[in-house]
This record gives sequence, structure tokens and C-alpha cells, in this order.
Amino acid sequence: MTVTEENPLVEGLERLPVGPTTMTIFGATGDLARRKLLPALYNLAHEGALPERFSLVGVSRSDDSDDNYRQWAREAIAQFSRRPPDPKVLDALLENVRYVSGTFDEDGTYDRLKEQLEAFDADNGATLNRLFYLSTAPMFFPVIVEHLGSHEMDTCDEADVRVVIEKPFGTTGEEARELNRRVLAVFDERQVFRIDHYLGKETVQNVLAFRFANGMFEPLWNRNYIDRVEITAAEEVGIGTRAGYYDAAGALRDLVQNHMLQLLCLLAMEPPVRFTADEVRDEKVKVLRAITPPLPDATVRAQYTEGTEGGEPVKGYLDEDGVPEDSQTETYAALRLEVDNWRWNGVPFYLRTGKHLARKVTEIAVILKPVPHLAFEEQGSLGVQPNQLILTVQPNEGVSLSLGAKIPGTRMRIRPVQMEFLYGTAFMSQSPEAYERLITDAMRGDATLFTRNDEVEAQWRIIDPVLETWAQGTPELDHYEAGSQGPESATRIMLDGDSWRAI
Amino acid sequence: MASDLEAQETSGRDATWFERDTSPAAIESALRELLVERRHGEAGLAVPARVLNLVTIVDRQWRGEIENRLERVGRYHASRTVLIAIEDRRSTIDARATVITDDEGLSGEFSTTHEHVVVDIGTQHVEHLMTIVDPLVVTDLPTMLWAPHGHGEAIDELLPLAQVVLLDSVDDPDLEEAVMRAQELSRRAYVVDLAWLRSTPWRERVAAAFDPPRERQQLPTLASVEVRHHAESQVAGVLFLGWLSSRLGWRPGALSTRADGTMLGRARTRKGEVHLSLVPEPRQSVRGLAGLTIATANGTVLSLDRGTGGLHARRETRRGPTVEWTILGASRGEPGILGEGIRQALLRDPTYGPALDAAAAMVG
Repeated sequence: MTVTEENPLVEGLERLPVGPTTMTIFGATGDLARRKLLPALYNLAHEGALPERFSLVGVSRSDDSDDNYRQWAREAIAQFSRRPPDPKVLDALLENVRYVSGTFDEDGTYDRLKEQLEAFDADNGATLNRLFYLSTAPMFFPVIVEHLGSHEMDTCDEADVRVVIEKPFGTTGEEARELNRRVLAVFDERQVFRIDHYLGKETVQNVLAFRFANGMFEPLWNRNYIDRVEITAAEEVGIGTRAGYYDAAGALRDLVQNHMLQLLCLLAMEPPVRFTADEVRDEKVKVLRAITPPLPDATVRAQYTEGTEGGEPVKGYLDEDGVPEDSQTETYAALRLEVDNWRWNGVPFYLRTGKHLARKVTEIAVILKPVPHLAFEEQGSLGVQPNQLILTVQPNEGVSLSLGAKIPGTRMRIRPVQMEFLYGTAFMSQSPEAYERLITDAMRGDATLFTRNDEVEAQWRIIDPVLETWAQGTPELDHYEAGSQGPESATRIMLDGDSWRAI
Repeated sequence: MASDLEAQETSGRDATWFERDTSPAAIESALRELLVERRHGEAGLAVPARVLNLVTIVDRQWRGEIENRLERVGRYHASRTVLIAIEDRRSTIDARATVITDDEGLSGEFSTTHEHVVVDIGTQHVEHLMTIVDPLVVTDLPTMLWAPHGHGEAIDELLPLAQVVLLDSVDDPDLEEAVMRAQELSRRAYVVDLAWLRSTPWRERVAAAFDPPRERQQLPTLASVEVRHHAESQVAGVLFLGWLSSRLGWRPGALSTRADGTMLGRARTRKGEVHLSLVPEPRQSVRGLAGLTIATANGTVLSLDRGTGGLHARRETRRGPTVEWTILGASRGEPGILGEGIRQALLRDPTYGPALDAAAAMVG
């Protein structure tokens, strides 16, 4: 057997082996680590899905001991894990957790980290792979990366070194390019994993399965049969305690630039030849490059005012704690995009997202063209409506198709009916948290569900011009009542005859 | 027919129907009514799960125990379970159908329901069991058969209806018969063997241990494999050895049994021989494997044993220090194993059949 041969023992196993790894979390005491990363690591440990040898180092500014950090991690896992922790597994996981205290721009922090990583290697009698997870404020991303480089931690003999970078990856195209430049001056692109946790969601991945594992839809999946596409990411909640972040970001940066453009790509991309990281991402980049940035009249921005949510009065955005009273930040954004290629030319893609809307829903609605001839015009009939295919990402993940059907009776009267499939009824397994999937993929070096550098820059190429015109006050910031369907002006961007689905 | 409609009741989020001296048509009709009732009930939107039919054939006297086991599998219960309880002198068919609402959905989300049907029959009905069970399973869903108390004749009768058979080879006290029965069933349906599933974490860990390219190079040099097992779980051990043999292209010979219950044998490889041994571990109280030791010709020895919080691993080499560590993972327990068996009905493991064939060569 040569080393290039596949491992014959992995055939048939559901869980593929992950190389022995030490994971380092920068920002180890932050909210993301507490709510998502540590619980995800526990659940992976519980299921036996972590590498056979696994150690964790937390790096943060606060001056703390290993024991205190372990206790903090234990409490975070107990509070946020999707299953009650098994004390024996939790103890065993925490046994190999260490804490390095220090600021991210201090050389001593990296000296101590390096020492700790080497100590784990020595304990294990082997060099473990390194996974650096940057869960810090974005301003520290280049600082950490450059310090890892200057301390020669960007590569390692006999082990893989990878770096995971949380969102946001820049707040403008220029920032994203600059960040890419600084990151790629230290690491190779194959070592960099830019996370967009939406791509770790089972139902988002299911968009690809739905399109490419079912022969019946592909013949219809083009401009000849599809009239328009609506992508909605609505939240019923407001900004909560995130005013600091949200007021600087706004709805466009928070959801459209990353998650919603990813959904659009999965819906519009050509089938890849193989389901490999680069082939999937090549196809997504082609879609992004085919999108012309929208003109101001194809965009809407708005802010919620006081209203009612679930029968209770709620504050307007400007009255939220921490929001400047003259804030022009949008809590609602809608765009009309066009994908200028052979398949999609002339088909509008409408994207909308907002806080404090009527309900929580993330869905893709594909509205087909009407039938060419209506033979069933009868009084009392709702008539033949265009078919709608709805892919619901959350909640109630599923697929529904509206069909015209005859109303029982002696006359030929038609109304739309729903054919519905709910994922929850068809699978016994509970979907893992997106972070569980993404952390193991990063440890295995599989970048399929991560965003490549050219993908990020292509996203910003679409969004930058919108941000620039919005900064100049065009179009004007509109308002909508909290708990409503959004601003009335949202229909302004729609082509004649089109209308938004109810949220 | 003594109709007993008063027995229909709704308790909390579940709805139950019961009738003595009933018929499959009446049971099926009652299920339909219960489903309509639950879908539009006061408990909010409840949608029937449609994943898998599980038809379980049991002795009437042990029915309760099997029901308890099925209840404890957590979220991995089949969407429709049909439990056929056979009683010697029974001449009538009694049935109970329950539509069970699963965990309450989150706000704005739906709940799912699953159906649990218990049918008491006599031995005289077994010959025509197909006509009783067929109307009770959901058409177009995969159907899995499980007969934990034997009842091979019932399995044979129902096999045309099913795609999957669930069994636990450890249940058969005779090692050779256990392997032969699993092989015979494998020729007619897809077999999910709980004895095989108990070895999954061990197979995963051995695969991971030899996954780094440098370690992978050692696979052709394996010199001996010792598998330690629960005293009655020889078959789990022999399936593990069968897996290694089939994956690595070994040709195993028959195992011989020593007085202390240890089984020894050899497998031919491309370059030589591997020594195989199955050692009973009397201190282990749960079914399945207790540990294993794999040694290579160049002196590397990898041991895995059950430990606290996961598997305790130990690696010795001729050069360098001995290293010990814990491979994290929670024990699934017997309910977890059964749940995993039900879940596996929807998957296909291409490695079980070849492992079983290699195991047959060792015990035949």
C-alpha cells in the first residue's frame, strides 16, 4: 500500500476520521464562544465526532486561570448545549482545556500560546493539527493573523494549520480586499475558512439536494418557466441588546451581503461537476459575477417605528437602548437583482430582510409563469394561479408547491391548493447545530461550506454601490410599523404585475 | 364483533382506540380517524411523521417489556410501529392504536405524531400474518421487521412486505447459527444487526487511528488483533474481525475455542499472517466489545478499552514513549443502540455483508 491510497477502513462509516487537533479560540470568553462554539464542541465530543486526540486553548484578554476558564466553559455548555451534558464526557473534554491570557496585539500572548500548543504535542507524542478560530471583533482579525505569522505558527511540520474567520469579513469591499490581502500574506487560501454559519444549516444545504437530486425541477429551472424569485429573511424580534453592532452594520450588511446572497447563489448556480469545495464555489462565484449592482430605484431601506408584536407594544428603532436618536441605519432592506446569464436573463430576484416584521420566516419562493391559456374562467372560481414553489429554511423547514385544483361540485371551478412536505416529518434525526458541522469540516480541511476570497469580494461588488448611494440619502429612509409586513414602499422595486408574498 | 368504542380516549396530546375481536380493516379505519382528529386537535398543528414502518413480532407475555424498550429509543422511534403479540390459545384479534404527539414544537412550529399499534393474535393467525399486517403499514414507506423472541416463521411470512430486517445476533447463544442466520437473511433483505452497531465506535476509532498517511502505511503490517468482549457477545467480536478482514483483504481461517472460552485463529494476508483472538471479558456487564489490541510487525501496539468519558487509548512503539489518552464519546446504552438500529433502516452500510461473510469463514 502506498500513502496515496485511500484508507480502506473508512468505507461505510458515517463519521469520517478527523485528524488529531488542537483548537484555539481567540475571543474565548465572548458570546459566540459561550453560546455556540463550546456547546458545539461538547456535542461533538458526546457523539464521538471530535478527533481521537483533541485539545482546546482559549485565548482572551481577561486575566484568568485554566481552572476558572474550565468552570466558565462548563457553565456555558450546561446552559446552551442542545442536550444535557454527560458529566463524564464533559469532565474528559475539559481535562484538555487550557487558557492563555493576553491581548491580541501582544507578542507574549503568542509566545505563551505556542508554548501551550507544543506542550499538547509533547503530551500526545505527536504533532497535532492546529485550528485557530477567530471569534473576536473584526478589527483583531488581521492583528491575530499577522502575529500568528510572525511567531511562525502559520505552518507546522507534519501537521495542518487552518484558520477560521468569523463574519463580518469587512464592512465594505475595500475592507474585505484589504483583509484578504493581509490574511493571504500569512496563510494560503486553502488554510483559510471564512465562516457563514447559514451554509452549515441542513435546510440550506438541502436547496442543493432539492435542485440536483430531483430530475423533475431542472427542466423548469430557467427563464422560460420561472417568472420571479423572492427570498425573504424576516425576523419578528427587534435588535435586542445588539444596538452597538447593529447600528453600525444595518440590515444590508447583517444579512443580505452574506446569507441572502448565498441563498441566491445556491438557487441560481449551475450544477457542479463534482461536489467538491472549489467546484461548488466556482459555480457560486459565476452567479455573483453575473449580477449587476442594483440602481437606487431597485432598492428600499426602512426603519421600524413603534408598533405591536404578539399583542404587546414594542419600541421604535430610535427608542431602542444604545441607538443614536438621529440614526439612519436601516432595519429593513429590499433589493431587486438580476442574474445576467443565459439561464436567468430577465428573471427578477427580489430579496428582503427586516427586524420586527409580522413573523419569523426565511424562505425562497419560486413563482412560475402562468399557463399560456386559461380554459377555466368560471364565475365563483379563484382561477388558475401561477404555481409557486416555496423552500422554507426556517421555521417549519420544508417544501410546498401550490397547484390549481378543481373545487368539488358540478362546475369546473379552480382554486390553488398546497402540496406540502415538511422535513421534520420525514427524518428521525435531529439536525446538528450549524457550528458542529462547520467546526468538523474545518478540522477536516473541507472548505465546501465556507466562503472563498473571490466569493467575498464578488458579494461586496454587488453591495458596495448600494451602500454608497444609501449613504448619500438615495433612496430616502422609509419607515414601517413594528409587527407589520414592512414598508409600503417595498413594492416600488417590483416589476409590473409582481407583488410580495405575505410574510 | 364486540365493538368497544367507549374505549376510545384522548389523554393529553395522545389519542387511543381499543377494540376486542377486531379486524385489520377496523384498525386501519380507526387509525385514519385518530389521525384526522389529532391533526386538527386542540394541541395545535400536528403532522404525522412519515419515515418508517416497524413491524415487531413478540411473545404476548413479553409484550410490555418490548414496548418499554421501544419507548426508550427517544427520537428514533419509527413513524408507525405495529407490534404483533402472539399468544398460544388466542382465537380472536384484539387491538389498540395510539397516535402519539411528539415533543411540542417551538412557537410557530408544528408538532409531529407517530402511531403505535398493538395487535394481539393467536398462533393460528401466524400463517396468514401478511393479511393482518399489510393493511396496517403505511404504503410507500420502508418497512422493517424485528422479532426479538425468535418467530422466524413470522419473519419468513412477512419478508415480501419488508425491505429491512432488524436483528441482534447476540440473542442467539450459538455463534455459528447466529452468523448463518444473519447471512441467510442478508440474501433476502437488508439486515441491520445490533451486534454490528455496537462495534461502530470501535470501527470508527480504528479507522481514525490508521487514517494519517504515516499510520495508514502500517495497515499491511498488522501482525495480531485481540478483541475483548462481553461474555455472551462473541458474535460482536467475530463481526469486528470480519470487518478488518474484509476491508484489508485478509483470508481468515476457522477459529478454534480453548477451554477458557478464548477463540484463536489466523488470517492470511498478502505478505503473511495475522493472529486473531477473541477473549471473553467477564467483568463487562453490557453487551458488545470491551476492548481491543492491534499490533504491527514493527512493534507498534494500539489498545482501546472502555473508560470514563469515552475510550481509553494507549499506543506503544519500539522507539519513543508510550502515550495514553481518552477518545471522547458518551455511551449510547441499549436504548440508544436499538434507536440507532431503527435509524439505520434508512441507510445502507456496504461493509456489513462482506464482514459477515468473513465472520462466517471464521466460525463455519
